[in-house]
Amino acid sequence: MLPIEAYLVLSAVLFTLGALGVLVRQNPIIIFMSIELMLNSANLAFVAFARLHGQIDGQIFVFFVMAVAAAEVAVGLALIVTIFQARHSINLDRLNSLKG
Amino acid sequence: MLFEEISSSAPQFFSLAPLIVFFPIIGLLINTFFGGKILQSGPAGEKIVGWIASAAAGLAFVVSVLLAISLINYHDGMKVPLVEWIHIDALKLNWAFQVDTLSVTMMLVVSGVGTLIHIYAIGYMHEDVRHHGDPSRFRRFFVFMNLFIAAMMILVSSDNYLMLFVGWEGVGLCSFLLIGFWYDKGEGGIANAMAAKKAFVTNRIGDFGFLLAAFIMFTSFRSLDFDIVFGRVVEVNAIYPGAIFAITAFMLLGVAGKSAQIPLYVWLPDAMAGPTPVSALIHAATMVTAGVYLVARSSALYVAAPEAQALVALTGAATALFAATIAIAQFDIKKVLAYSTISQLGFMVAAVGMGAFAAGIFHLVTHAFFKALLFLSAGSVIQGLERGHHHLEHDPKLKKLVKQEHHFDPQDMRNMGGLRTKMKTTYIVYMVGTLALAGLFPFAGFWSKDEILAEAAHLNPTAYGLLTAAAFMTAFYMGRQIWMVFFGKPRSPAAEHAQESPPVMTIPLIILAILSALGGFMNLPFKGFHQFSHWLEQTSENFHAGEFVLSVALLSTALALLAIAVSWWLYMRRAAKLEALPAAKRPDDPLRQILGPLFTWMNNKWYIDELYWAAILNRYVDLARFLADYVDWRFWHDWVHDRLLVKGYNLLSRLLSVHIDLGGIDAFANGLASTTQRLAASLRRLQTGFVRNYALSIFLGVVIIIGYLVLR
Repeated sequence: MLPIEAYLVLSAVLFTLGALGVLVRQNPIIIFMSIELMLNSANLAFVAFARLHGQIDGQIFVFFVMAVAAAEVAVGLALIVTIFQARHSINLDRLNSLKG
Repeated sequence: MLFEEISSSAPQFFSLAPLIVFFPIIGLLINTFFGGKILQSGPAGEKIVGWIASAAAGLAFVVSVLLAISLINYHDGMKVPLVEWIHIDALKLNWAFQVDTLSVTMMLVVSGVGTLIHIYAIGYMHEDVRHHGDPSRFRRFFVFMNLFIAAMMILVSSDNYLMLFVGWEGVGLCSFLLIGFWYDKGEGGIANAMAAKKAFVTNRIGDFGFLLAAFIMFTSFRSLDFDIVFGRVVEVNAIYPGAIFAITAFMLLGVAGKSAQIPLYVWLPDAMAGPTPVSALIHAATMVTAGVYLVARSSALYVAAPEAQALVALTGAATALFAATIAIAQFDIKKVLAYSTISQLGFMVAAVGMGAFAAGIFHLVTHAFFKALLFLSAGSVIQGLERGHHHLEHDPKLKKLVKQEHHFDPQDMRNMGGLRTKMKTTYIVYMVGTLALAGLFPFAGFWSKDEILAEAAHLNPTAYGLLTAAAFMTAFYMGRQIWMVFFGKPRSPAAEHAQESPPVMTIPLIILAILSALGGFMNLPFKGFHQFSHWLEQTSENFHAGEFVLSVALLSTALALLAIAVSWWLYMRRAAKLEALPAAKRPDDPLRQILGPLFTWMNNKWYIDELYWAAILNRYVDLARFLADYVDWRFWHDWVHDRLLVKGYNLLSRLLSVHIDLGGIDAFANGLASTTQRLAASLRRLQTGFVRNYALSIFLGVVIIIGYLVLR
């Protein structure tokens, strides 16, 4: 059995990749995917610890996260479709109508 | 039989005493609230209003009679308390009705003569309001008259000095209102109002004396109640030796104001501006005798202060003579009677001053009869002349006679003459009044005046001399008046066409004439008679019956006859001779030829009014003008108000508005707003609108927080 550190390192790597993706990409779909990556890195940490401590809580939490992520994606994709219909572009650097 | 029954069930009548005040008040309230409607209701309206007022006065007279009947069996009288008025520490005053022989005598005179005058006034005012052109004032006249009766009743029925003062002021107010009844008439439209003001202000000077007397009385006696004060006279005289003299002397000032004595008599002749019934009731028969009543009521005090007695007696005697000299040279029929009133009041004041209290009150009563009679008859004469004048103006044939008479004066005796045949009733009653006033046997004035003279002969010889001279002049000026008014030839077309007054006026005159003729018999100065004096003795032991002195009576009768003879010679014989002279050379009065400039002085009332103006009033007016122009206008208005207050306030408000409000409060509020705006303007730059910027800031925030947590 692999030590817990291995899972955590993998989780950290995945989270960092996701965060970088959110910060540097201009396409909102890619950003969504990066967010999914971050959520799943957290899920990995949850299940790793759940396994380590022999408790079920972490695994239950993962289901919640998945459900929330699915709902989020549904709302987010709907927004993206609507924005595209209105602006014929989904490039985030062009979307600054809420500038103060 | 009936009389016996009434007097045996007497005491219950004492409790009726408050009604003497309340009946007139009810009368005046009815006329105040409903009189206007009644007047408009039709031609009988005036009569109803007049009879309501007369009935109110008449009922007061009935109550007075009942009180008098009760007193026959219960000599001591009674105090009928009504309400407690003032109760402060030692000062305890009730509104109570003092029912004793003195006050009931006054009540009978006031309400009895008052009722007759009310009835007379129904006829008189009917013409007077039309002559002056304002019939709506008919009601006001009777309201004021009833108010006067009520106030006079309060005055005479009070059991203490302060309540007496309430009535004293009340009658003063009514006097003011009724003198100024035609306040918009008279010379220049203000003469009547000025006369009313003069009476009021002059009386205030007297009231000042009355009040000082009351204050001193309270500090020395600790009470204002008649009974308590009179009971402590000996005691107080020992503790404060001068107090009683001070009280009585200050009271004399009040008496001089109200009863028109030197030096405050000047208001009474001017008071003739009021309608004639007012002159008769207020300025001859009742109100002006209040001073005499006050001295008689305070007899216990005056007896304890002989110096004050002498002062009062001399004031009265001097006034009697002085006013008589002025009366001789007046041409206005009412002015003659006014000065005659002052003179007769002088007789009364002299009498009560020298201690002949019963004689003074006796003369007060008889004088009320014959002077009311004379005034009312004079009113009848005046209206008779007015009717004659009116008749001329409206008769096309006679109109030309009126041509030069722009200002026909129906009160000027030079316009009269020969009225004996035109106004028979008035002539007869006037003669009765004249003989009573002149003091001829057996008319009322003879008995009362002779009692005063007989008392004076042994009590105060100086006063006796003055009064005898005044009595001579009284007969002279009354003779002069009779000859000028009723005898000889009519001196104006109006007198030629004069008409008699209606019965509503002449019947009261006849009743008063009977009283003037027979009134003296209630106090014949012989042993076994003296009913009136004995009646008054029940109130105070200071009242005593006078004696009959034959020499005095003979002397005064002889003088009166001589005076009438002289006046006949002057105004009948000599005047007839003067008629022959051309009008330009003819003197307006035969006496002027004899007395020359002296007559002018007397005609001008010895220039006392002018003297008062020069010595006091002008100074006072100057002072008032100085106070008004400089102190009030320049100092208070221009300086204190405009400069100090207005400018100061403007400065203060400018400071508050500009510096405090705009500079402080507004600046703070605006500064807060602009600071917020500026802050917001710089902060809004953070809101770029790029979603990745926000993500970066969140990331950096997380890094910082985690860094902090790790490196801590």
